[in-house]
Amino acid sequence: MRVPWGETRLVQGNEAIALGALASGVNFFAGYPITPSTEVAEMLARSLPQGDGAFIQMEDEIASVSAVMGASLAGARAMTATSGPGFSLMQEGIGFGCMAEIPFVLVDVMRAGPSTGLPTQVAQGDVMQARWGTHGDHPAIVLCPASVRECFDLTVRAFNLSETFRTPVILLSDEVVGHMRERVTFPKCEEVAVIERPVPETPTEWYEHYHPTPSNVSPMATYGSGYRFHVTGLTHDRQGFPTRRRDEVDEKLARLKAKITRRLDELVEIRTHDVEKSSVVIFAYGSVYRSALAAQVQLAKKNKRVGVFRPVTLWPFPDMETKELLDDKDVVIVPELNQGQLIHEIERLTSDSVRVIPVQRVDGYELTPEEIVSAAMEVM
Amino acid sequence: MPAQLPYEYKYLRAKKKFPHVWCPGCGIGIVMGSIIRAVDALGWNKNDIVLVSGIGCTSRMPVYFDFNTLHTMHGRALAFATGVKLANPGLKVIAVMGDGDALAIGGNHIIHSARRNIEITSIIVNNYNYGMTGGQHSPTTPIDMITATSPYGMIEPGFDTCRLLDAAGAVFVARGTVYHVIELDGLIRQAMEKKGLSVVEVMSPCPTNYGRANRLGGAVEMMKGLRDGSVNAAQAAKLSPEELKGRIVRGVLADREAPEYTELYADLCRRAREKASEVDE
Repeated sequence: MRVPWGETRLVQGNEAIALGALASGVNFFAGYPITPSTEVAEMLARSLPQGDGAFIQMEDEIASVSAVMGASLAGARAMTATSGPGFSLMQEGIGFGCMAEIPFVLVDVMRAGPSTGLPTQVAQGDVMQARWGTHGDHPAIVLCPASVRECFDLTVRAFNLSETFRTPVILLSDEVVGHMRERVTFPKCEEVAVIERPVPETPTEWYEHYHPTPSNVSPMATYGSGYRFHVTGLTHDRQGFPTRRRDEVDEKLARLKAKITRRLDELVEIRTHDVEKSSVVIFAYGSVYRSALAAQVQLAKKNKRVGVFRPVTLWPFPDMETKELLDDKDVVIVPELNQGQLIHEIERLTSDSVRVIPVQRVDGYELTPEEIVSAAMEVM
Repeated sequence: MPAQLPYEYKYLRAKKKFPHVWCPGCGIGIVMGSIIRAVDALGWNKNDIVLVSGIGCTSRMPVYFDFNTLHTMHGRALAFATGVKLANPGLKVIAVMGDGDALAIGGNHIIHSARRNIEITSIIVNNYNYGMTGGQHSPTTPIDMITATSPYGMIEPGFDTCRLLDAAGAVFVARGTVYHVIELDGLIRQAMEKKGLSVVEVMSPCPTNYGRANRLGGAVEMMKGLRDGSVNAAQAAKLSPEELKGRIVRGVLADREAPEYTELYADLCRRAREKASEVDE
């Protein structure tokens, strides 16, 4: 299987994630089967060995995320893919990756929970878990595709961000986007930018695995490169050795935060449709965004104008953009496939004068455009 | 400090990281010495060695070594090590774990690593309890023994680590003690040379927790216990099951040949490429 550069094909969302990974130069995948993410593993099991990449099915999801981090430290461009229950098992690993600053991509194709839930129907229940699921405190990077082509593009972007920011990046898809098939025109090879991991040029004896830099991300040596370094989940100093010195602890944790929060312009991505001209806006992401766009068209036919605001990057949340674009609205409708997760961010960022209206569904079925239309009609 | 440092210093982050965290009388430092002597005897390059651990007393070991070192999550040493080895099969990967780390929380990973037969030298330091958290019972704590969480005596039977991993498919399984150091040097060296997943279980005293809770005496008495309470495999073969009861059997307990995972995987890649080029034609 090769990336169909420049061609038009009928492709499934999960398949597009595998193709996006291949386009990014993925050469390591470790995972454990779980619907609705398994197609990613199946496709990479077939294609990675053809290019001398490694594919391994591990004994569970904890082992999968661990193997991915081991591989990344040994220089691989590494990823895993899972869904709800597996995502829960991987949380400790995500925290380790953030703390030890190990780049990798984790795909979570959301299905309805809690627990085993509805295997395997759609939900958006992992939005807060993707942000806050690990113990301790650290920022997260989470991207959310809404179409098959975006599954490809955002996988490429996830790899680039993980290597640039030296941190795990979560691609938060959902069952509808993952299993949907769409006609996709793939970009030409030269149109896809692949960012490689910055490697150190310092002499080995001066190397610090966590050297502070203006970007707050230091070039990363790999095992076997001649730079011998220590990696630990214990809070560590610039060389990676455990420390309890307050100045070193503060420096480390402040840098972990700053490397994300000081570069929001590179991370935050939103899409807006008619937001500025409308007093009623639908805020939607993932597969629900598609229903929101359809609802916008249906409402236009009834001479009702609504805008659509969509975060492509869920975390860090587009705080500034939300305040700037939504704070003067009369109504923001927030359809979500959960009992209310990102709606709280909208409530946090808008004044009391903005009515924030939930449209929620947790029965495993897609929110239809009609449900969003009827919510809009009630307030218009 | 002496003008001429012992050669072990070449392998240690001697200036940076010492003194170490272990209690007086702990055996883990002796295991470190054996690892160094085995690496030195084999002439391995420090740049090629990745030493991986989980969480616990034994898992604090990597930070003192001047190798590529990786101190991971509780129980996950072998899962991380698998990723390292598969991503770069040229690296020499060693995993050090305690009994709780390897056999309780990491039990799933160790049996599957053995089954998979990926070339990782796995060293399990068995001191019968969780030392770092204050001496709770582990999957190797013998029946009736007292620990912080078995104050009325342990009622669960313990794993026989070596039989477990022999059955799971490890190609080299050995047991040593920190009293029999020369023997241990040899066992670890043999394990490092072995193609495939090798296991050395090292019996080691924890006088601070396990020893005190069971009134086994101090470090010296516990070391004598290892001397008097163990027999080598050749001696064991001559003893009846009754005579062997409660004794530690030392030496190489399994040694066989089986295809190694990363070599099988390289072969799989060759086949996958051939198949892909057939499709293209």
